Amino acid sequence: MTADSKTQGPVLRLDGITKRFGALVANDAISVSLAPGEVIALLGENGAGKTTLMNILFGHYTADEGTVEVFGQTLPQGNPRAALAAGVGMVHQHFTLADNLSVLENVVLGTQPLWGARLDMAGARAKLVGLAQEFGLAVNPDARLGSLSVGERQRVEILKALYRDARILILDEPTAVLTPQQADALFAALRKMVAQGLSIIFISHKLHEVMAIASRVVVLRHGKMVGEVAIADTDPRALAEMMVGSAITPPELRAATPGPALLELREVMTQDRGTVRGLRGVDLALRAGTITGLAGVSGNGQAALADLIAGLERPSGGEMRVAGAAPANWSVAQALGAGIARIPEDRHKTGTIADFTLTENAILERYRDAPFARRGWLDWRAARDFAQSVIRAYDVRCPGPETRIRLLSGGNMQKLILGRVMEVSPQIILANQPVRGLDIGAITFVQNQLLAARDRGAAVLLISEDLDEILTLSDQIHVMSEGRLSPAFARGTMSAADLGRWMAGEGFERGRDAA
Amino acid sequence: MRLEVIARPSLWRMIGFPAIALALTVVFGSALALLAGANPFQTLGLILRGAAGSQFALLETLNRATPLIFTGLAVAVAFRAKLWNIGAEAQLYAGALMAVLLGTGALGWSPALLLPAMAGAAMLAGALVLLGPALLKTRLGVDEVVTTLLFNFIMLLFISMLLEGPLKDPMGMGWPQSSRLIPDARLPRIVDGLRLHWGFGLALIAAVLVWVIQSRTTLGYEMRAVGQNRQAAEFAGIPVGRVILKTALLSGGLAALAGFSEVAGLRGNLTLDLSPGFGYTGIIVAMLALLNPIGVVISAIFVAGVFVGADSMSRAAGVPTYIANIMLATALLTMVLAIALTRFRVRWD
Repeated sequence: MTADSKTQGPVLRLDGITKRFGALVANDAISVSLAPGEVIALLGENGAGKTTLMNILFGHYTADEGTVEVFGQTLPQGNPRAALAAGVGMVHQHFTLADNLSVLENVVLGTQPLWGARLDMAGARAKLVGLAQEFGLAVNPDARLGSLSVGERQRVEILKALYRDARILILDEPTAVLTPQQADALFAALRKMVAQGLSIIFISHKLHEVMAIASRVVVLRHGKMVGEVAIADTDPRALAEMMVGSAITPPELRAATPGPALLELREVMTQDRGTVRGLRGVDLALRAGTITGLAGVSGNGQAALADLIAGLERPSGGEMRVAGAAPANWSVAQALGAGIARIPEDRHKTGTIADFTLTENAILERYRDAPFARRGWLDWRAARDFAQSVIRAYDVRCPGPETRIRLLSGGNMQKLILGRVMEVSPQIILANQPVRGLDIGAITFVQNQLLAARDRGAAVLLISEDLDEILTLSDQIHVMSEGRLSPAFARGTMSAADLGRWMAGEGFERGRDAA
Repeated sequence: MRLEVIARPSLWRMIGFPAIALALTVVFGSALALLAGANPFQTLGLILRGAAGSQFALLETLNRATPLIFTGLAVAVAFRAKLWNIGAEAQLYAGALMAVLLGTGALGWSPALLLPAMAGAAMLAGALVLLGPALLKTRLGVDEVVTTLLFNFIMLLFISMLLEGPLKDPMGMGWPQSSRLIPDARLPRIVDGLRLHWGFGLALIAAVLVWVIQSRTTLGYEMRAVGQNRQAAEFAGIPVGRVILKTALLSGGLAALAGFSEVAGLRGNLTLDLSPGFGYTGIIVAMLALLNPIGVVISAIFVAGVFVGADSMSRAAGVPTYIANIMLATALLTMVLAIALTRFRVRWD
């Protein structure tokens, strides 16, 4: 549906929105308007200002300049309740639902007066079931939220917004947690909503999704609006270049020369730990000179596999062999001793210590070893020299090695982690979401480092939720679902849709029954 | 209302806000003096003179600061590793107990051997007192705030039992107090004829040692890493549980030295009023010092000065000494706020 509004003007108008955080201009005079029944995509890299803009619209932030108009009415700033009342609904990247309540209770929560005499649950249930049917968002109203899958939770989150009579729906990276098939189902539901006259703002950095669902694209870069085009007039390549600001060169690929398996898992199991799903009999071989890609919807055991290889977790069953030998008391120290480079999933929480300097962070895994320590005494000069060499070799942009690492951007933080683990020429590299949240320049840098390591004979395990990344870089691909691992698929034998079916759990039963 | 981090606070902020905090403390103290019917200027002057107005006053302040430096260091070391040791009071009494057990004639050694033995035994006892709660924390996840706090009462009642029983001084006219230390077990004065004892020197040495440990050793690095980000420390292979136990041993040992130094340097025997809450005041001292060991020395002297000055002012002006507690509480609250304001900018939106 295009932007030909019937009688009234746009349902939403952002006019000259500017937002500064200190010296950083997160949004620079951005103007966007949204017509009834229109889907616009807000495209941009991490840190381009997409989420800031939506937070201003939804009242989480106040703009320094500019106005927000919904249905012709200026919205009071900094008031999420006003945004809700005006018909704006937001589906956050991280869901805001209560695990211990039912679906119905979650949807009703906050819509009824706190001191009311009684809750009208029957009416609420009828409305919820009606909405679910109308848009094909099937959920059981009585299911406890904690028992739902991520895809179902997202449906609840969307129904919650619809239940509050949202006419404008903002979806922040909604497909990050979905398989390609689930994403298609979501798009079908969104099209039904648009047909009913709802308007949608779809935040994403995945180009093919934007092409599939949006009618118009607004591209942000470094807080500025750098383009606004109709989908019909553009293609993914043009959008990517608009988003990044320069032509994109894909990483150079040389043919792999596979060597012996440096790390092998046979029928390995691990315990479930809280929300971390354990492994259910995993067979895996990481060969020298190859990149093994691990695809899967997050929360299906990738964290357990990463913890196992990183030395934080021990197998509860099966066999693990590192460089041909089965380690006795597997630990972080053993993993480091075996030459495993570990790039953790969360660089802020596990990869670095925010209030430590770059120097202190650079020696985090080796602070006990020479030359950084002798008999318990630290040699700060050696540590600083090491940090300096990492900063130089890996192009870490920072004021100096004595800067606290919290002041660095995610990309530079990741480069320091990369340098820290790569400086010792590791044989095995565990790269867990190594480029998530980085800008294109940093992504290319990190990916080229992984490829270079592969070419000099390292075995790389690349865990990612981005199928394009997996398909581009991996010499062989496994898919993980509910703690199980698919067989290895060689490069070029699988499409994204094929992987998607495995991600949804298809194919596993047959494979497992035979074993 | 939101807080924005300031990457590089200006000098104006770093000096201005603490100065305002100090001014607020003085204003608040003056208001209280006024309420008590005294001239606020005279009251503040008396406090200042009582704390530092003469050689005697100054040395009295330093003597009072000595146990606070030890307990402040104990708290600073533990809090740095996010081990919430609220039990410095119990560890202090454990140290005092060891000083009395070894120093009342049980060992006939020369002072050069006896005093280090007493100090060592005191540290060991204090370390063991905190080891229990630390083990409960690392093994079973029991909250150490609760266990260390409750241990203070257990220890006080235990000491009380001993002072009414086996340790009761036969010459004490029935008072619940221990026998007196033999002269060789007393900490000498730093300068003959002046009341300042070597406990203060020991405290300064301890502060420097703690600073060296924290900034120059792998143990200090581990303790800071565990305190700042436990998850990252675990990921990097730092043995988090063991680091917490080592921190507990060091913290408990430091707090116990306060008890040793009070008994051997000042009192000469053990009574139930040995500590007017030095363990708890150590928390204020450590927080005012932002957990910096050298800062602990300065803040301990400041806090001691307020107490000593208020005591002396109270005698002269008849204003209750409680004013000291209130002023310290005000100083702590305003200073914590001031320090936050040097690092964060408040946005009203």
